[in-house]
Amino acid sequence: MFQIRIHGRGGQGVVSAAEILSVAAFFEGKYAQAFPSFGSERNGAPVMSFCRVDDKPIRLREPVMEPDALIIQDPTLLHLPGLFDGLAAGGSVLINSARPCENYLAIPATELALKYVRRPVPNAALLGGFAAQTGLLRIESIVAAIREKFPGEIGEANARAAQAAWDLAQEAHVSAN
Amino acid sequence: MFQQIEGSRAVAESVALCRPEVVCAYPITPQTHIVEGLGEMVKSGRLKGCEFINVESEFAALSVAIGASAAGARSYTATASQGLLYMTEAVYNASGLGLPIVMTIGNRAIGAPINIWNDHSDSMSVRDSGWLQFHAETNQEAADLHIQAFRLAEELSLPVMVCMDGFILTHAYERVDVPTQEQVDAFLPPFVPRQVLDPAAPLSIGSMVGPDAFMEVRYLAHQKQFLALARIPEVAKHFARVFGRESGGLARGYRTEDAEILVVALGSVNGTIQEVVDEMRADGIAIGSVSLCSYRPFPVDLMRQMLGHARHVVVVEKCLAPGQGGILSMEIQSALAGLVPNVSTLIAGLGGRIITRRSLRAAFEHARDGLLPPLTFLDLNEGPIAREPELQMEPVCL
Repeated sequence: MFQIRIHGRGGQGVVSAAEILSVAAFFEGKYAQAFPSFGSERNGAPVMSFCRVDDKPIRLREPVMEPDALIIQDPTLLHLPGLFDGLAAGGSVLINSARPCENYLAIPATELALKYVRRPVPNAALLGGFAAQTGLLRIESIVAAIREKFPGEIGEANARAAQAAWDLAQEAHVSAN
Repeated sequence: MFQQIEGSRAVAESVALCRPEVVCAYPITPQTHIVEGLGEMVKSGRLKGCEFINVESEFAALSVAIGASAAGARSYTATASQGLLYMTEAVYNASGLGLPIVMTIGNRAIGAPINIWNDHSDSMSVRDSGWLQFHAETNQEAADLHIQAFRLAEELSLPVMVCMDGFILTHAYERVDVPTQEQVDAFLPPFVPRQVLDPAAPLSIGSMVGPDAFMEVRYLAHQKQFLALARIPEVAKHFARVFGRESGGLARGYRTEDAEILVVALGSVNGTIQEVVDEMRADGIAIGSVSLCSYRPFPVDLMRQMLGHARHVVVVEKCLAPGQGGILSMEIQSALAGLVPNVSTLIAGLGGRIITRRSLRAAFEHARDGLLPPLTFLDLNEGPIAREPELQMEPVCL
C-alpha cells in the first residue's frame, strides 16, 4: 500500500487533490481511497487530505500516519509542527516553491497555476510533479482524472498545468542523475 | 459499473436507481452532498417522476416524507446530528404509522459543544423509535443498503434508517460498483402501498388509541421487528443473487474461528479493526471481529451464536450514555449473559476523534492479558481532565 498525505491551506484544493489522485489510481485499475482531514476547513487554515493506493481493497480508515509521500502545497507550512511526522524512510517530499529545495523536489506550482489556470490554485500542477517524482501513477491518468473532476475549460487549463509540472519534474530528475 | 466516487455521491446514485417519487431534505453537514446530488438529478431531468421538495427544517423534511408516503409515494430524506433531533417527533410518527420511508443518517455528534464530526450519538438517540437501523461498513455497502432498505421497508411497512459514518464514509472517495437500472428494477418492485390517503376515498390514519389498545399496538410493533429479523438475511441473499456481491444482512464475522477475544462494532471502524485482527493473528493471538449491520432489529440470538464462545468480548462504540456507559455494550452484555465472562466497553471516536490501529491494538492486548477494564475511553487526553480535579476518578464500572 502506498500512502500519501497532502498539506496545504483551506482554498488551495487540498481535498480535491487527494480525490483526483484516487481517481487516477482507479483509472489504472488500482484500489484507492481519498478523504479529508477531520479538522476545521476554513480558507487559509492549515488542512490535510489523504490518499491510499493499493492492489487490493483498502479497509483502513485511520488518517495517513506513516506517509510514503508528502505533498506540501504551501511553503509557509514548512515550520508547522508535525508536518513530517511518520514519513517513511526514503519517502518522497514534494513542495510548492519557486526556489529549489535541498532535500525535496520543488515545483513552482503557484506560478504554473497562475500561468495556465489564472488562479493561484497549485493542486493540479503538484499532482503532475508527483507523478514524475514517484512514478506511482502515469501523467495520462492524472490528466484524465483532472478532466473528470473539472469538466470543461477549467479542467483543460489544470491539465496543462499538471503536464507542465510533469515536464519540469522530469527535467529535474534527468539533471539530478 | 465501477466508479471512483464520493460516498455521498454513491448513495445519491443508488437512491436515484430506486426511483423515489418524493425527495425532501434540509441541508446539514455531513449528509448535504447526498441530497444535493439528488436535487441535481431531478433538476436535470435525469431522475424522472420525482419531486424534490425544499423545506424549511428537518422537522418539515420528515413531515413531508410522511405525507408523501401516506399518499402512496416512495419517499426519501436524509439528515444528521441536530437535524435528526429536530425531527424526532416525526421519526416516531413515521414508524407508528407504518410508512416505508428510507432515510440516510450521515452519522455525526450532537452538541453542545457544537461538533460536526462523526460519532453515533444521533442515530442512537432514536434507537427505540421503531425504525429499522442499518450501519454501513463501506461506501459500497452504504449504496447497496439503500436498495435493500426500500425493499424491506415496503414489504414490512416500516421506515428504515441507513447509517453511514459522517466524513469517514460520506466524504471518502472509493471504488463503488454502481448498479444498473435493470438490476435495481429486477430487485425492487414498484411501491404498492397497503392504503393511501386520497381525497376521493377519505380515511384516517394515526387516530387516537386509548389505554384499551395502545399496549397491543406497541406489542405488534415489537413483533414486527422479529419479522424483519427473519427477512433481513433473506433479502441480503436475494440481493447477492441479483447483484453478485454480499452486502447487508444482520452481521458479519471476521476470523471468528476459535477466537478467544472478539471485537464487535458498528460501521466503518470495522475496516480498521479487521486490519488489527490480521496483525494480531499474525502474532498468534486468537482474535476476531463482528461487524453488526442491523442494529435494529437487534439480533440477540445471532450475537449469542457469533460471540458466545469468546473469553472476552470488546465492544467498540462511538457513543456514550453519560451516567451509564456504552449503549451497544449494554445490549451485547444482555445478549451474552451467562455465556461470556468478560464484556468490555471501549468508547472511541467521539466527535470525530481519530481511531488508530495502534490504540485499538493496545486495548485488545489488554483484553488478552485480562487487564482491560469494563469501561475505557480510548485515547483520552489527560490535559483537559486535569483541570477538573473534582471529576478525577476511575471511570465508573458497569
